Amino acid sequence: MSQAFIRVQRTDMLFPTRQGWFHALRDIDLDIAQGEFVTLIGHSGCGKSTLLNLIAGLITPTGGALLCDGREIAGPGPDRAVVFQNHSLLPWLTCFDNVLLAVESVFGGREPRSRLMARTEEALQLVGMGHAMAKRPHEISGGMKQRVGIARALAMAPKVLLMDEPFGALDALTRAHLQDELLKIVAATRSTVVMVTHDVDEAVLLSDRIVMMTNGPAATIGEILPVALPRPRDRVALAEDPAYVHARKAVIDFLYTRHRHAEATSA
Amino acid sequence: MRASLWMRLLPPVLGLGLLWLVWFVATLKGGPFPTPGQTWQAAVQLFSDPFYRNGPNDQGIGWNVLNSLQRVGLGFGLAALVGIPLGFVIGRFEFASRMLSPLISLLKPVSPLAWLPIGLLVFKSANPAAIWTIFICSIWPMVVNTAVGVQRVPRDYLNVARVLRLSEWKLVTRILFPAVLPYLLTGVRLSVGTAWLVIVAAEMLTGGVGIGFWVWDEWNNLNVRHILIAIFVIGLVGLLLEAALMALARRFSFDD
Repeated sequence: MSQAFIRVQRTDMLFPTRQGWFHALRDIDLDIAQGEFVTLIGHSGCGKSTLLNLIAGLITPTGGALLCDGREIAGPGPDRAVVFQNHSLLPWLTCFDNVLLAVESVFGGREPRSRLMARTEEALQLVGMGHAMAKRPHEISGGMKQRVGIARALAMAPKVLLMDEPFGALDALTRAHLQDELLKIVAATRSTVVMVTHDVDEAVLLSDRIVMMTNGPAATIGEILPVALPRPRDRVALAEDPAYVHARKAVIDFLYTRHRHAEATSA
Repeated sequence: MRASLWMRLLPPVLGLGLLWLVWFVATLKGGPFPTPGQTWQAAVQLFSDPFYRNGPNDQGIGWNVLNSLQRVGLGFGLAALVGIPLGFVIGRFEFASRMLSPLISLLKPVSPLAWLPIGLLVFKSANPAAIWTIFICSIWPMVVNTAVGVQRVPRDYLNVARVLRLSEWKLVTRILFPAVLPYLLTGVRLSVGTAWLVIVAAEMLTGGVGIGFWVWDEWNNLNVRHILIAIFVIGLVGLLLEAALMALARRFSFDD
């Protein structure tokens, strides 16, 4: 990568536990270019969410360094918007107010109120939630909540969109639908995206590169697979595309042949 | 499924009927304890003029209840004013939590009556001493519940706040306060209950117009009927306070 936008350099992450230190990540080196869509895939417990949280700045590495746009990541900030696994919408605010809270925190000082409202509405329209702006999170379905979560992140006009298994809790049809929407949105906004997933098809369909992680403890990047499929991508057409099938096979090989999950092998 | 009208009405009525029956049978043979009928007659008479004033020590039951409620309101209000912010501080800052938790554990179980002499000593007057006792006894549930609520705010919400870089003010008003509100209202409910429990004991000792002193006064007059009526009135007022706060809590609860 010539112009690395996010750089993860020789990063180590240890967590203190009652039984001493837990070595979660070891020696992570990763460069992500602007506008790139990268997925992190691996078995549960491989530290893929930890790596995402490091980029988000929600946790600080015990070793190594992380850079975003040439500056060290010292903490979380709205330039790296996070879409949380369980949507994390505030239940006491409407969908509109949830997004507005994010918009205010980024543009609040600089733009008039009417512009902030317009931004909020735009973001909700973009994810197809214009009709439910006045609803509270508990009044809408899981898929809709996640859309609002994405709208909240996009409305911040972030440099990077960080997604932690955003569709993990959804049923297969809703998930496919949201993946297609996300493809369109990312194509339109040219966002840089880092997404954690455990779904092979999701990774191949969405990614420019798939970062495959070895099993923990002391997990690291096992292999990086470039997915050279042309965009826009269509899941139906891709299903029989040799390049798609090949990429899918490569990921499955990595996950289930070379790096079977510890629990699976011992069982 | 909602219980049918019969299921909602019949058991409570039967329960009250049972109480009446036990009371009735126990007082059949006479003795110092008044029968339900005698108590009822006394109550009708008492409530026919609840707001009379015959000097400072002989006032209607309405005035007594209102005076007690005023003391509870003042003591509890002050406790809320101090206790809720204190709970937020304890929940939010580990240092404050470690510093104040031992004090709270030490002071919380102290009986209200032990606080009364301190109040009398400091305020040199009965009424502020009673209010002080209410204050110190009703503050703990609010402090503890608010602190627990703040500590239990889901980490995800706090992460949202961190990613958005919310100011401490916005963090408190938009995330902490709404998230803590259900816990806080539980604390308020427990506090009001405690305050109403404590007032009777405090007034027995401090005197003045109030339902607690009224009970003691009627005991000195050996008017057991009025004591029984007072017990019902105290219970009823406590029940109404509880119900009002439950309604308030439901109003502010949210579904995830």
